[in-house]
Amino acid sequence: MMAASAPFLRIEHLCRTANGRSIIKDVSLEVHHGEVVAIVGPSGSGKSSLLRLLNRLDEPTAGTCFIEERDYREISPRMLRRRLGMVLQTPFLFAGTVGDNIRFGPSQRGESLTEEAVNQLLDQVSLPGFSERAVQNLSGGEAQRVAIARCLANEPEVLLLDEPTSALDDAVKRDVESLVQRIVIARRLTCLIVTHDLAQARRVAKRVVLLEQGRISRIGSPEEVFGGR
Amino acid sequence: MVDRIVNPQLRLGLTQSGLAALAAFAVVLLARGRQIHLERETVIALFRGLTQIMIIGSILVLVLHGPRWTSVIILAAMTMAAAATSARRGKKIPGAFPVSLYAIAGGAGCVIALMTWAGVIGTAITAIVPVGSMLIANAMNANGLVLDRFRSEIQAHAGQIETALALGASPEQTVVTYIQASYQASLIPAVDNLRSLGIVWIPGLMAGMVLSGAPPLYAAIYQFVVLAMIFAASGLTCLISTTLIRERAFSTAEQLLLR
Repeated sequence: MMAASAPFLRIEHLCRTANGRSIIKDVSLEVHHGEVVAIVGPSGSGKSSLLRLLNRLDEPTAGTCFIEERDYREISPRMLRRRLGMVLQTPFLFAGTVGDNIRFGPSQRGESLTEEAVNQLLDQVSLPGFSERAVQNLSGGEAQRVAIARCLANEPEVLLLDEPTSALDDAVKRDVESLVQRIVIARRLTCLIVTHDLAQARRVAKRVVLLEQGRISRIGSPEEVFGGR
Repeated sequence: MVDRIVNPQLRLGLTQSGLAALAAFAVVLLARGRQIHLERETVIALFRGLTQIMIIGSILVLVLHGPRWTSVIILAAMTMAAAATSARRGKKIPGAFPVSLYAIAGGAGCVIALMTWAGVIGTAITAIVPVGSMLIANAMNANGLVLDRFRSEIQAHAGQIETALALGASPEQTVVTYIQASYQASLIPAVDNLRSLGIVWIPGLMAGMVLSGAPPLYAAIYQFVVLAMIFAASGLTCLISTTLIRERAFSTAEQLLLR
């Protein structure tokens, strides 16, 4: 019988080497259901690479990840990516309307979202009535919210957020940040957020992972990792 | 033998080649004024082109009266060379050479075989080799264009493609737009050749047929036949290569390899 405290994600000795360079070195980590973990570290420390490995956009050269104790390589990539929804630093919205973007994920498996469902998702990201808007007319903050709603349309169990606010100004950044916090709590999502903003990590996460040169150098509560300031 | 090498026609041909090459190189020097450096590549291409065409001309002289099956060997060798040349346009595409080889052999090969069977291309070596080589050469150009365009489209849109993958899209779905754009771009020369036939240019084959005594109207119609076959061969080649490169652009775990 699986213990109640069994981790939702168990990363075991994950490594990635690309073009002869070791990017991720022996990363092991357990993340429990509903937990928000911030991954911080200097540029080039492997934060985004780790998230890409979890979404299996890249292949690990060694090690693996278990999702509810199942090796993620046994799960079809499309199913895995639906369960572990990822929002990239740049929203990369597809040409068309906001509604088209929201419907994209479900349509890939033959499901069509109703207008009501699209509007509900847009309400959750504080963009009511945006369904018919053309994506080229959106601001940076709005585009990132649409990207989050588009990811949520797949009903993921885990949210992988790769610096979702790094391109936004401070006011919009705080808006998106609190939006993410609301959604994670409301949907009881597990969340891994990559950020270079230590204050943001402190605000959103219960646990912080400090990556340096592809290796975990510290792990613990924000106070343990950053000190008690 | 010596008489043949130094015969006046060959001397004339080499002089004309030299003058034409000088004109091409003058353009390269003009481009150099705009910081566009094509000197080395152009010199090599001119020298290589002349050498190759002289070798094939000499081979044609030798095999002209040989058995018909030798044309198959010549066309197969041309296909291999075309695949190697074309594959250089898709350097970062995994397996660019086999993709090009299968595509050109399948595209140009099918059209040559079908048209020979239908009697459109004569079975004599003097007919099938020149016409076949035109189909292979144009299939090579179209394949090179499709590889080059596909690679640049994928690299320019890697973010969009990976976003779609991350949302659960199939690899085929994520590149469908870029495949379409590459395919259309690769066929532009073949379509333009058909469109401008007779108005902008009178191709060499027709000129050659007229010079060697064929009725001008038949020569003109046969030139259309050749261009239509070129279009078919190029189109089929690109259909095969886009199908093959689409598969090679992703890993079995549906990860974009061409980044």
